[in-house]
Amino acid sequence: MTNIAVRCQNVVKVYDTGGQKVTALNHINLEIAEGKLMMLVGPSGCGKTTLISVIAGILDQDEGICELFGENLLTMRSKDKLNFRAKNIGFVFQAFNLLPSLNAAENVSVPLIINGMKRIEAERKAITLLEQVGLGERWQSLPSQLSGGQQQRVAIARALVHNPRLIVCDEPTSALDHETGRNVMELLKAVAMQKDRTLVIVTHDTRIFDFADRIAEMDDGHIVKVKESNSKATNP
Amino acid sequence: MNHIALKMLMGDTGKYIGIVMGLTFASLIMTQQPAIFLGIMSRTYSFIADVGLPDIWVMDSKVQFVDDIKPLQDTELYRVRGISGVEWAMPMYKGLLKARLTDGTFQTCNVVGLDDATLIGGPPMMLEGKLDDLRRSDSVIVDIDGARDKLGKPSPIPGGKAIPLKIGDNLELNDRRAIVVGIAKVTRTFQSQPVIYTTYSRAKSYAPKERKLLSFVLVKAKKGQDLAELTRSIREKTGLAAYTQTEFITLTYEYFMHNTGIPINFGISVLLGFIVGAAIAGQTFYNFTLENLRQFGVLKAMGTSNWTLLRMILLQAVLVGSIGYGLGVGLTALFGFAMRHTILAFKFPWQLLLFSGAGVSLICIFAAIISILKVIRLEPAIVFKG
Repeated sequence: MTNIAVRCQNVVKVYDTGGQKVTALNHINLEIAEGKLMMLVGPSGCGKTTLISVIAGILDQDEGICELFGENLLTMRSKDKLNFRAKNIGFVFQAFNLLPSLNAAENVSVPLIINGMKRIEAERKAITLLEQVGLGERWQSLPSQLSGGQQQRVAIARALVHNPRLIVCDEPTSALDHETGRNVMELLKAVAMQKDRTLVIVTHDTRIFDFADRIAEMDDGHIVKVKESNSKATNP
Repeated sequence: MNHIALKMLMGDTGKYIGIVMGLTFASLIMTQQPAIFLGIMSRTYSFIADVGLPDIWVMDSKVQFVDDIKPLQDTELYRVRGISGVEWAMPMYKGLLKARLTDGTFQTCNVVGLDDATLIGGPPMMLEGKLDDLRRSDSVIVDIDGARDKLGKPSPIPGGKAIPLKIGDNLELNDRRAIVVGIAKVTRTFQSQPVIYTTYSRAKSYAPKERKLLSFVLVKAKKGQDLAELTRSIREKTGLAAYTQTEFITLTYEYFMHNTGIPINFGISVLLGFIVGAAIAGQTFYNFTLENLRQFGVLKAMGTSNWTLLRMILLQAVLVGSIGYGLGVGLTALFGFAMRHTILAFKFPWQLLLFSGAGVSLICIFAAIISILKVIRLEPAIVFKG
């Protein structure tokens, strides 16, 4: 039996932008199974980023329930929520969001340090992971000394280093050229995909759709269609 | 996380130096201007502090500060000597007289007449000659700054530096000859006039004829005598004012504080310096936090608590504050050291270090608090914005 990693039921999120209400998520229902790679796609402003923010527990929804590995983050105490996020979620961002004054190994070690590991040990572990993503030689480089593709590899290593159960990626290939983007996705699939680890990727990039197990199409705050990769559409 | 906080702070060398320089400037301006103010204020009572030996100063009851001379009759000296608890009491003349220099020009000088027998109240340090040389006829001792500058002989080269007065040179005080027998080091006075020491009887002969010429009676209390009791006793029995050295210093200091524009002028300058320094340093540090907001957002998204972020920002603030403060007070001390032989007034007591330390801490705490509030309110979802 497949375990459910993410379960969203009737999730609503409304932003108040200067007195004007904008419904970013309009009664979203979605399930993502463990060990699967789910892509959220759709036009800009359709609510993809808001949805992964809610799934990752960094934004509270206004209505509905969003469970992560059976835990409702909305009802958690804020300290428990932080600990849960620190242990169970890895992030890969569109703009990489590496700390510019830390070298690659230090950047990768950040989630381990947040989880209480000693710096030396964390950096040792970070270097091992950088070797896995092909940057073992560049562990002392600052982000500014790395190419876009290399920076995204560092970001992937950072997302994986603490062995989280969910990895959320926001447009991981949009800042990269086609070939580098595919390489990054291949790497992500190779090092990140495990049967107990789930990936949720927000993307516009149609060239990487073939990496997904399932694709959820969003429009205007709704999930309009969920389809298995290379198969016909199903209900969300 | 401390390591990360420090790396974030120092990673961008330009910004880091900018913050430190802002705080250095704030610290410098908060110490340098008050140090000059304190230097000027200390000059108001420097003459009293230089006369170290007496315990009590007796004067006319209407005297408001050390240069506010209201002469007494010489008989007051004997009345004071007759009071129980007085070990000794000596006369002192203090007044402004015009000295005629060798080139015929006049210079107003502070003439101090010391008791002929004991020479009590003399300069604190003799650089050339001896205090006892005042016993020689027509002798005077001149302070080094006066001798070098205002009493100096004109340079043979037009516009050149004055030739310092030296032992053996002559002056004229009220048409009477005065021979320089010594050069002394005295603390500069508020008016920065040359100080000339001579004996009491000779000073009276230099001074314009008046019925009363005794400026102060300097009193030493008997061993074990309570000074407060003795001053009260002198006041009651003579009707004169009697102050311990500390009280007389306070009286003079308070007079200048309340009756001159110095405190308000310097106060405004110090306050403006503080505000400008605080604005520069606070703004720079706050901007640093704003520029790093995304990084704080990333850390927050990854599970860093607000408390940890608060500690990180405080650590950054304490570090830049300490370095800026150290550099600022160091520069002020260097400034004071470089100016030690000039006319510039400068006094840098430990209390001023505490004051500026508190000022810089206040700036850092304020900047850190507004930065912390910004970070605490920060939505970690900011990290998903492109």
